[in-house]
Amino acid sequence: MDVLILAGGLSHERDVSLRSGRRVAEILRDRGIKVQVQDVDTRLLGTLSSLADGVVWPLLHGSSGEDGSLQALLELAGARYVGTRSKAARVAWVKPVAKAVYGREGVLTPDFVTLPQSLFREVGAEQVMDAIVARFGLPLVVKPARGGSALGVSLVTDRAQLSRAMVHCFAYGDNAMVETAVAGTEVAVSVIGTGSEATALPPVEIVCDGPYDYDARYNAGRVQYFTPARLETADAARVTEAALTVHRVMGLRDLSRVDMILDHEGNPQVLDVNIAPGMTETSLLPQAAVADPRDIGEIYEDIVRAALV
Amino acid sequence: MTTPDGPGTRLDPWFDSYAARAHAMRASEIRALFSVANRPEVVSLAGGMPYIGGLPLEEIAEMTRRLVLEQGEVALQYGSGQGDEGLREHITQVMALEGISAHPDDVVVTTGSQQALDLVTKIFIDPGDVVVAEAPSYVGALGVFRAQEADVVHVAMDADGLVPEALEATLVRLQSEGRRVKFLYTVPNYHNPGGVTLSLERRPLILEICRRFGVLVLEDNPYGLLGFDRDPLPALRSMSEDGVIYLGSFSKTFAPGYRVGWAVAPHAVREKLVLASEAAILCPSNASQFAIKAYLDHADWQGQIKKFREQYRERRDAMISALEEHIPDASWNVPDGGFYVWVKLPPGLNAKSMLPRAVTERVAYVPGTAFYYDGQGADHMRLSYCYPTPERIKEGVRRLSTVVDAELETVRIFGTDEGTGGDTVEFPSPDIA
Repeated sequence: MDVLILAGGLSHERDVSLRSGRRVAEILRDRGIKVQVQDVDTRLLGTLSSLADGVVWPLLHGSSGEDGSLQALLELAGARYVGTRSKAARVAWVKPVAKAVYGREGVLTPDFVTLPQSLFREVGAEQVMDAIVARFGLPLVVKPARGGSALGVSLVTDRAQLSRAMVHCFAYGDNAMVETAVAGTEVAVSVIGTGSEATALPPVEIVCDGPYDYDARYNAGRVQYFTPARLETADAARVTEAALTVHRVMGLRDLSRVDMILDHEGNPQVLDVNIAPGMTETSLLPQAAVADPRDIGEIYEDIVRAALV
Repeated sequence: MTTPDGPGTRLDPWFDSYAARAHAMRASEIRALFSVANRPEVVSLAGGMPYIGGLPLEEIAEMTRRLVLEQGEVALQYGSGQGDEGLREHITQVMALEGISAHPDDVVVTTGSQQALDLVTKIFIDPGDVVVAEAPSYVGALGVFRAQEADVVHVAMDADGLVPEALEATLVRLQSEGRRVKFLYTVPNYHNPGGVTLSLERRPLILEICRRFGVLVLEDNPYGLLGFDRDPLPALRSMSEDGVIYLGSFSKTFAPGYRVGWAVAPHAVREKLVLASEAAILCPSNASQFAIKAYLDHADWQGQIKKFREQYRERRDAMISALEEHIPDASWNVPDGGFYVWVKLPPGLNAKSMLPRAVTERVAYVPGTAFYYDGQGADHMRLSYCYPTPERIKEGVRRLSTVVDAELETVRIFGTDEGTGGDTVEFPSPDIA
């Protein structure tokens, strides 16, 4: 079995993707699997055509890798690949749309509003920002409606910080999602498998000395991770169930990661779902995989083999 | 029942073991964005990479082949800690073009002038010592100074380079504050990123001020031979042998891949540099030194520099005309040599905040904040014209204009985003520095 890992791309998360690709390749090679790592460029279709019995594992983060485009291309080329199919990817990619989908199934998510930059211009930015604060209070989280790795994300604790947070956010895209910042325990649950066969890896608890931003995510030291999370059994069951529900109702395949806050009332509030979660040394899914009774290499190999079926 | 309550992990078991100075060495969001700059779809106006395609590569290949066949047993062996004597002889001839009279014994060959910068900083700087540098200053130097826990105090430049009055006022102030100023770091020719050149009239004034205050001058001169319209100005080192450490490099006049630079220093300083270099790397690459020696011996290296100057002039012209056409609301200097245009953005814009938008539009630059120690510079960006073709430069500036327009629109809506440069020195990858 040959595996073609696609990593890199042209998104803001290229660097993270390259690191994810290298890490997964290393683990699969340790299992004796032949792995090739390639960027997405003009060579791609040629490589796919020569990968008759192989599997593609797209590890592109951000646009084109997670918005369903690459998946659609792989489907067009008839490639067998790891991960969520293009239609479901398109839905999961847009955070407010995803929230609406899993929210309908009873999964809790912080209150939010999504607004394009043009609306702030037409209506008056100060008035809109006042309305946001009046409706949701403070603190708030401002994030691009699409994207990952905490790029463009700001925690706003003071009304005066909101303008700057909006400017930072709109540098990454035309739509901003502003949501209530929920206090509680930050947890990420990775899910492996598809449909009713899907299982959750041990939840990872994130304890950060400030916002869990890019710096905290990709520089070891500022964050303490607890795997499994230090949760009461009932709470652990609730966060796991929330992640499995999101994975199932969104139609996700093979692997995903659901980020959430377990609020002080013990309710999991889902923040985000990732169909191509980070796989770097400091990423959350690999940490969960290491804590699983199975070997991480075995888990990754199972993911690849599932795509062959 | 609770799940096991372990100590958790920070994913780096040695986190508490690092030296304090290592904690500032962090992968940043900005650095991550630059990883896209290497893709061919992106017009990178960020990197200071010379136009290697302009070199006589076949001739160099043949020289390299002969070098290995005829001198391989020496070239591929360890060499002298101070550097190959024959190359040092050549280096004195190169420096003579800028008026420097030096003996080969005065020269220390290093792994790029960046290593020389590191060595000088190591042997002079204790934590908290002050380095005075131009505002803005070379990002790769700021990273070295930060790593040795120096404090950098910037001094204003204008179109004629470092302003002597500002330097004197700064040194007076620092003296009155009891600060220990160890050296002035300056890039006098075709400044990176400022693009300006220290005028001939100011050179002795700067040296005299430094002499009076007992401040050593660290003259970093990678671009001195790359002027478009004039012969090289005399180096500061040519005017003061005791007060100046001179750093030179083959990276811009030949090729950075060899990683060969040098330092020329007063005798006692040179001795320490050699010892420090041996402690760090034993010796610079013999293979690289021999290759450069062969190039200097057999190729028309001065003719090649002339070609480079013509090529870079054409690219500079392409960039300036594209800026005039597409971003007339910005302002910039017109460099008469070197690699860089230093662009002041239209009011209210922040080059660092704008960078993700630029990456989306497939164009890259270096935000001005990278060239300051203290978060200044958000209203500037450095554009490099050395590597892309003139056509790509025009396309890059056109893309940049859409980025600027979009960011102006955002700023109009939400107010200015000035002053968010942050207080960290970016550690750029080599192709960006």
